[in-house]
Amino acid sequence: MENQNNKKTTVIAALVENKPGVLHSVSNMFRRRGFNIESITVGQTEQKGVARMTITVSGDEKTLEQITKQMNKLIDVIKVNQLEPDSIVTRELALVKISVPDVKSRSDIINCVEVFRGRVVDVSPESLMVEITGTPDKVDAFLNLMRTYGIIELARTGLTALSRGIKSIRIDE
Amino acid sequence: MATVKMNGANALLESLERQGVKHVFGILGGAILPVYDALCTHPKIRHILARHEQGAAHAADGYARASGQPGVCFATSGPGATNLVTGIANAYMDSSPIIALTGQVPSIAKNSSYMIGRDAFQEADIIGITTPITKYNCQLSSVAEIPNTINTAFYIATTGRPGPVLIDFPKNIQTDTANVEFTSHIDIRGYNPTINPHPLQIRKAAECLAEAERPIILAGGGVITANAADELLTVAELLLAPVATTFMGKGAFPEIHPLSVGTIGMHGNPLANRLLLEADVMLAVGTRFSDRATGNLDTFCPEARKIHIDIDAAEIGKNIDVDIPIVADAKKALSALYERLIKQAKRKPDNPWMKRLEEARAQLNPPNENKEFKPKSLLQILRKLLPESAIVTTEVGQNQMWSALYFKALKPRTFISSGGLGTMGFGFPAAIGAKTACPDRVVVDIAGDGSFIMTEQELACSVIEEIPVTVIVLNNGVLGMVAQWQRMFYKRRYMAVKLGTYPDFVKLAESYGAQGFRVTSIPEFEKAVQTAIKSKVTTVIDVPISMEEDVVPMIPPGCGLNQQVGDY
Repeated sequence: MENQNNKKTTVIAALVENKPGVLHSVSNMFRRRGFNIESITVGQTEQKGVARMTITVSGDEKTLEQITKQMNKLIDVIKVNQLEPDSIVTRELALVKISVPDVKSRSDIINCVEVFRGRVVDVSPESLMVEITGTPDKVDAFLNLMRTYGIIELARTGLTALSRGIKSIRIDE
Repeated sequence: MATVKMNGANALLESLERQGVKHVFGILGGAILPVYDALCTHPKIRHILARHEQGAAHAADGYARASGQPGVCFATSGPGATNLVTGIANAYMDSSPIIALTGQVPSIAKNSSYMIGRDAFQEADIIGITTPITKYNCQLSSVAEIPNTINTAFYIATTGRPGPVLIDFPKNIQTDTANVEFTSHIDIRGYNPTINPHPLQIRKAAECLAEAERPIILAGGGVITANAADELLTVAELLLAPVATTFMGKGAFPEIHPLSVGTIGMHGNPLANRLLLEADVMLAVGTRFSDRATGNLDTFCPEARKIHIDIDAAEIGKNIDVDIPIVADAKKALSALYERLIKQAKRKPDNPWMKRLEEARAQLNPPNENKEFKPKSLLQILRKLLPESAIVTTEVGQNQMWSALYFKALKPRTFISSGGLGTMGFGFPAAIGAKTACPDRVVVDIAGDGSFIMTEQELACSVIEEIPVTVIVLNNGVLGMVAQWQRMFYKRRYMAVKLGTYPDFVKLAESYGAQGFRVTSIPEFEKAVQTAIKSKVTTVIDVPISMEEDVVPMIPPGCGLNQQVGDY
């Protein structure tokens, strides 16, 4: 995931206090220091009172180090990990509403959905809604195909990720 | 543990008392009235009424820097809170532990609906506003949580890399009553500063320093914060390393010591800037390598191996790359380093690097023979007039840089100035704060006319609260530092820098009940200072100087430490 400017895309997983204002202080730190968030997802975890933020960022080695350190400085951030790109599972979910001009298109779209292992979740005379899950690349590939029919509306969750194996990020370690 | 039934305002003050708070600077207003009412029954806490909330915040900051204890300031909601913002940002940039407590509109109104978020009268989102300029902030949501929140606030403000903490206190929580339990318990899992240095890193640093032929120490404000001046002195004397300080590090090392070379940076001592560039190993302690200190980074000691001790891991590698990083408290790290260094062979005092130091000192810091009525001589004379223990604050601009160059700081916490934010108007309220913390010591604000008028209303506070300080106004009738830049870099096209001859500082002082002197010669200056520092009332000494007077030497913006122009 490295390009010519030595920029890498990295997934940061952070355990944070599950209380109001924490997302603000994290996103505000990114804004003020000129770091760019490509995507962010936040949700509860298996640990009480702890939320997990999965943040996709890009930057050179130094920038990524600073991001991790500056996040660690925030009091309500409990733990920060840069996930190893080679040993993580990443997923993104998209809901996409596609226009269906005719019956042939409808069956073509449904075929594509099957190939991508998506699901049709809503049908109307002129549209289909599809749920698609996978790596961001896979979601992009599906969406590119659907552009030929016409995307009416699109909602993507942004990337979430876990590292493989028995290891986990816990606050008590 | 037993619980006590009380309202939120009393729970707050009880918690502050338990933290040892004896002074609070502030201004009240509608949304903090219950707290002020409770102050009537807490005589152990002295409230000092500022005349603008910015003054209260700077006073708390000055209090903290002079004493090492956290400074506390109060303000009401809305404009009261926003007026604190400059003071909080200033404390944040200079890592000063202050606790700001702001009133807030009720979180629940009588009809059980929220007032917060409804744009109520004097409502401001002070949590949102101060998030990027506080180490931590939070809004209280119940009376029961007050003791723990206050303990946590003080712990965060004063440990690790210190910084300001703001607590927003909705009015309904101030008046609500609950059973409150006071414990020293602190519940905080996302904060655990690294205090002890890694032994391997200390070993590497000691080996690197032992091999050095031309070692130099760069001491920053972190040395003062960590109370590590004694450890710094022992390491420096053992290594026979010249000691340069950053502007914020002024006072960390006695500037009359034979190893002292002064401050580095844009208006640094040429001796410090020169020797830093000649060194082969740099031991940097408690500094963040600010742009004003380093100049152009491409020419900042590219050859030297760099050891960087800092308690804030994020400062390591942020501005410059280092060879040996040590994340630790400066006092602990310097002690550990000393323990290792003492086992190694001692350096001979007649080594070439020490000869170079003396030769460079003679060339770059010649003694000042002519005693003109100019800032350089006046500040050198001032040093002789003040006791060693005197605390000096400065405003921001030329007065500050002249002070950095020519007023020698001898002890930690005796030179207090706004380094990072460069806040004009800081020095005078900070002096009031320092005098409050250290009532037995002489406190002097070295000011410029432009800065002083930004917070001069605190003369009322200082006179009425009987906190006497001395203000020396180097009065050139212009916003001097920007006038100098317009002179040097904008072809002398002056725009918006002339302040004229108003106010008359003697009359201004007298109108507040303070003492005012105007001096136009060195003997008059000496007499005025001697009178002022013995006075029981605040004194303003107006010192008219030429508006053409530049602060030199100087490194033009964008240039490196090797491109300094002008003589010391």
